[in-house]
Amino acid sequence: MSRESIYSKIRSALADVESKAEHPGFEDAAIVSSRRLGTDSPKGAFTRNFEAVHGRVMNGIDELLSLLKEQGRMHGYCDPDLMDPIGNALTTGGCTVETTYDRERYDDYEFGITRATAAIAETGSLVLDDARTSDRLAALSPWIHVAVLREAEIVRTVPDALKQLGPSRNIIWATGPSKTADVEGILIEGVHGPGEQIALLIG
Amino acid sequence: MVNRQPIDVYAHQIDDEKQASVLGGSAASTDKRYSALFNDYEDPDAIRRLAGGIKDHTLHHLDRYLEQAEESLVRNGCHVHFADTADDARDAVLSILRDRGITRLTKSKSMASEEIHLNDHLTENGIEVLESDLGEFIIQLDGDTPSHIVRPIIHKNRREIARSFQRGGIADDYNDDPETITRRARVHLREKYVQAEAVITGGNFISAESGRVVLVTNEGNSRFGMAPSRVHIALVGIEKLVPTDRDLAVFLNLLGRSATGQQLTVYTEFISGPRDDSQPSGPEEMHVVLMNNGRTDVLGSNCREILRCIRCSACQNVCPVYRQASGHAYRSPYGGPVGAVLSPILFGDRFPELADLPKASSLCGACNEVCPVDIPLPDLLLRLRDKAKKEHIPQPGDLPMAPFATLATSPAIWRTAMTMSKAMNHLPIQMAPVRPLQDWLGQRTLPEWHGGDFRKWLKKRKETDQPQRTQTSQSPSKSDASS
Repeated sequence: MSRESIYSKIRSALADVESKAEHPGFEDAAIVSSRRLGTDSPKGAFTRNFEAVHGRVMNGIDELLSLLKEQGRMHGYCDPDLMDPIGNALTTGGCTVETTYDRERYDDYEFGITRATAAIAETGSLVLDDARTSDRLAALSPWIHVAVLREAEIVRTVPDALKQLGPSRNIIWATGPSKTADVEGILIEGVHGPGEQIALLIG
Repeated sequence: MVNRQPIDVYAHQIDDEKQASVLGGSAASTDKRYSALFNDYEDPDAIRRLAGGIKDHTLHHLDRYLEQAEESLVRNGCHVHFADTADDARDAVLSILRDRGITRLTKSKSMASEEIHLNDHLTENGIEVLESDLGEFIIQLDGDTPSHIVRPIIHKNRREIARSFQRGGIADDYNDDPETITRRARVHLREKYVQAEAVITGGNFISAESGRVVLVTNEGNSRFGMAPSRVHIALVGIEKLVPTDRDLAVFLNLLGRSATGQQLTVYTEFISGPRDDSQPSGPEEMHVVLMNNGRTDVLGSNCREILRCIRCSACQNVCPVYRQASGHAYRSPYGGPVGAVLSPILFGDRFPELADLPKASSLCGACNEVCPVDIPLPDLLLRLRDKAKKEHIPQPGDLPMAPFATLATSPAIWRTAMTMSKAMNHLPIQMAPVRPLQDWLGQRTLPEWHGGDFRKWLKKRKETDQPQRTQTSQSPSKSDASS
């Protein structure tokens, strides 16, 4: 009943609109921030913009291991497919790593390592596709989230990233760690999601 | 005593501490917005106009796009519910929950749900609702209402929040450090997330082409809420459509920058249906409630441009009236200029009661300048003032203008009145028993009344003017030459 009523109300509300606006149309270039993209490589621009929102780009497992040691966060989750390049190296380095995420123990994981499918250079965003994330909570509940990514997967702009959204039912762009400024406008990171967002580039 | 309008009364009664929070918070947001847009773009105004154009096009073809969105959502496996009124929307949500025996849920921030007082309705019906956005969580603890579209607790300071946490049993001791407050909420809410059976969200955009529901949050609360829940219900106003996924780029680039000065809000989530076999987790059912609740009345009015709004709050932050009065003065979920236009028509049966809102503006135009979809807010405020006048809605504080109108529209009466008023020069006005007049005259001397003299002078000047004017217009060029 509501359905028909809404459609008929819309039609009568629009009955007196004489010239209906056309879609103005636009070129991608008109809405892309060329200043944010700069003249460097997609990796360079991604790093700059991601770090501007307090994300951290890492180029090797050693760098990750020393951060975990420094913070004393030595227990976490790793996507089983990423054990070979990453999880095993962390285990050798003294971490304990689980490959299944137990939701009952969501607070036990100090870091979570999952796959990102792309990144956006213009905005410094990671693209996490549910279909390729081994567990959504593993990318969200640990204090440190490590998104693993190949350099070639970095796209340049927001319009480029929208073009390749694909059929996945759930895709999320993460532009830095979880944050709030609800209390007196003071920026606090790590509200519900990670307090540290890392992009680990492989290959 | 001057009879004030309700919004004025709020502005006068607000305590200093609260006013400082509102003023400081909104001014900071305005600065961040400005630097984000102008550092990133050479001509941000061109993008604002483009965004306004796309929204206008969508609204002018809303029947077509709504039909397309409906088809796309169904194709994606969503259940689509239409809700014409607030009651319909509340009932739709409640019956989805009841049919599935759900009694516990989390909710991420949604202005549409504030409009229909959804939380109260669900709670009265035995459902435990937990707001998961930090600001909304504190609002819920306090039994308060949000005073800002993006920052619901902009009117509270850390001391009030620390006391609320103690009172609400979130913390044993008083601690007003913002980081501690946030950590405490993190721990408390996590326990609740994993127990929740359903999650209610709003929706920032729906792409008609793909049926993707787009949600933006900074905290990650909607995503956390969605990970363990079986059922996801998105409550979305019918004006939130955009034609295609590609159009989303325009709005996403503007929304974060206009709201909080971020190039993108931290989490931008694209949801197109319930979990499928490719996903390891996610809700098994997705319901989209498309809500009208007065939007078609706005669409049929001469203020339909207000439906372009993407709820960024930039107009609220920049508005000098909002900064003084705070959001609660607008007596609806929407404060600031957008609320002054939207609320009186969206909640049409409350028009007489809210008709003071469009008048609470100096028409300075700052709201239009910052609007990411270029809504001509000052024009719309004027149209609503006109509506109130045509509908003869009396306002406290209105001056009786009828005698002046008679005077000013009849030249003969005007002339006589001007001359007659010279009698005032001989009256002991300081003796008049009008307190404000006496106060004023205590400091100043009233100049002598010269009613009618100007007209006489002008008439005489017209007759003898010509030679004098030629002479005066020459004098500046002479002095230029000599200097």
